Amino acid sequence: MGKIANEVLIKKLADKFPGQITESNQDYGLLSVETSREQITGVLSYLKTDSELKFTFLTDITSVHYPEQEKQIGVIYHLHSLTTNTRIRVKVFLSADDVHIPTATTLWDGANWMERETFDFYGVIFDGHPDLRRILNVDDMTVFPMRKEFPLEDPNRIDKKDYFFGR
Amino acid sequence: MHNHPVYTDNDPQTEYSTLNLGPTHPATHGVFQNVLQMDGERIVSGVSTIGYIHRAFEKIAEHRPYYQITPLTDRLNYCSSPINNMGWHMTVEKLLGITMPKRVDYMRVIIMELARITDHIVCNSILGVDTGALTGFTYMMQYREAVYEIYEEICGSRLTTNIGRIGGFERNFNKIAFDKIRNFLKIFHVGLKEFESLFNRNRIFVDRTRGVAEVTAEAALSYSWTGPILRATGVDYDVRAMEPYSSYEDFDFEIPVGDNGDVYARFLVRNEEMWQSMRIIEQALTKLEKEPSDIFHADVPAFYLPPKEEVYNNMEALIYHFKIVMGEVETPTAEVYHAVEGANGELGFYLINDGGRSPYRLHFRRPSFINYQMYAPMSQGMLLSDAIINMSSLNVIAGELDA
Repeated sequence: MGKIANEVLIKKLADKFPGQITESNQDYGLLSVETSREQITGVLSYLKTDSELKFTFLTDITSVHYPEQEKQIGVIYHLHSLTTNTRIRVKVFLSADDVHIPTATTLWDGANWMERETFDFYGVIFDGHPDLRRILNVDDMTVFPMRKEFPLEDPNRIDKKDYFFGR
Repeated sequence: MHNHPVYTDNDPQTEYSTLNLGPTHPATHGVFQNVLQMDGERIVSGVSTIGYIHRAFEKIAEHRPYYQITPLTDRLNYCSSPINNMGWHMTVEKLLGITMPKRVDYMRVIIMELARITDHIVCNSILGVDTGALTGFTYMMQYREAVYEIYEEICGSRLTTNIGRIGGFERNFNKIAFDKIRNFLKIFHVGLKEFESLFNRNRIFVDRTRGVAEVTAEAALSYSWTGPILRATGVDYDVRAMEPYSSYEDFDFEIPVGDNGDVYARFLVRNEEMWQSMRIIEQALTKLEKEPSDIFHADVPAFYLPPKEEVYNNMEALIYHFKIVMGEVETPTAEVYHAVEGANGELGFYLINDGGRSPYRLHFRRPSFINYQMYAPMSQGMLLSDAIINMSSLNVIAGELDA
């Protein structure tokens, strides 16, 4: 089977979840869609089990932080349909004071550590996860270090400021 | 002398013992900790602890210009750094919309396949060591040395290579490099055959590995396995064939698959991949002869650093040099996912760019991290000695595991 066209994917998703899916971009041919956390389990399991789409392979789960947005924390799923060789990216945005999202471990065993990593660095709480602990950082760490409020370097250091370079 | 009691495998034990396997254990080749509940020699349950060498590469990458991220990727899977380097270069080139001349693609293919060979050499010969056969390891290391000498000739370093640049290579391959590549192919044909004849039908080795840590294709896919260990279960997923990058579509090669996903099948798959890699390198050398011999980078002055003597003598080169180093070059606001077939599986780079000089967010999809999470569940009921060779055949590299 050949690659599924992005238009077909959007149409199928829009028919199945009317008004719940918005296209976010198609950069470099990879379709990104956005949905809500209420729908995410349904969307993922539909993508996985639909007989034409068969996005049976979970490539990755990760997160991103946009401090200036109302919903700051984005959870990003990359799925891959090995039979049709199509990839899709699904995003859910959560507000920083309510970072709960249903787990994907019910669909893929491999989601376990990916979600633990996302929790470890961004503090996203995956409801229903069997063992949501920190994974790469030390257990007694209190912050979520990949969030943008934690600068990497000493914030008082000025020798690398942009205005020294005319910006 | 009175008789000591001898426990057999079937004797019930009154209580389980706890075994801390790692963090630094000579049998695990890296910093891995597994706390195992043992019933005699048999593992009842285990918990993996990882993160001992976590270096926050994703955070560091958010503060570095693109070309300074290449040395970070070196330190992911340090047994095959060039694949990581070029995977990263290709990600940025995809973001910027740069197409490479065919000659650069073929040169990259040669380097990436050499890296795959070194990685598989290490994995398979260490598997031999863990089953008690040191001989194969001592012989195979000289071939890895031969590849490292090729790297040295091309980029000057051996392990953490930082090879190539965004937009191509920093310099052309010289004649010595090509001679070394040809010589390597000649000696490694002999060497790999020798290695296979030592192991493939060796009674002790086969008894030790056949049927150990069998994995079904369903379980492997559910755990998002990729790479040789997935192919050993019979799934023919290889990024080089599914989504060809760097002109892999021009090459004629096969994707070897195994039958039941056990340690022996993984060993055979890796051996066969080395043969296929050599086939690819031979084809690439032939193809290179038809390409103009002076092209080693794309014509993208805004992203590829000009040669130093031009910087001193040519105004335009000086401007571009300044712009690149100071990060003044416009980059598109977009997100890109690019995957390459690393030695352990699908190595993905997920890059969100906001138009600045460094990524807004960079995430590495690290195959070792994702492959390793099945280790503790699949060790249940396994003998400790089998769990050790299972770990070495998963080829988990601590640098890639912890990023």
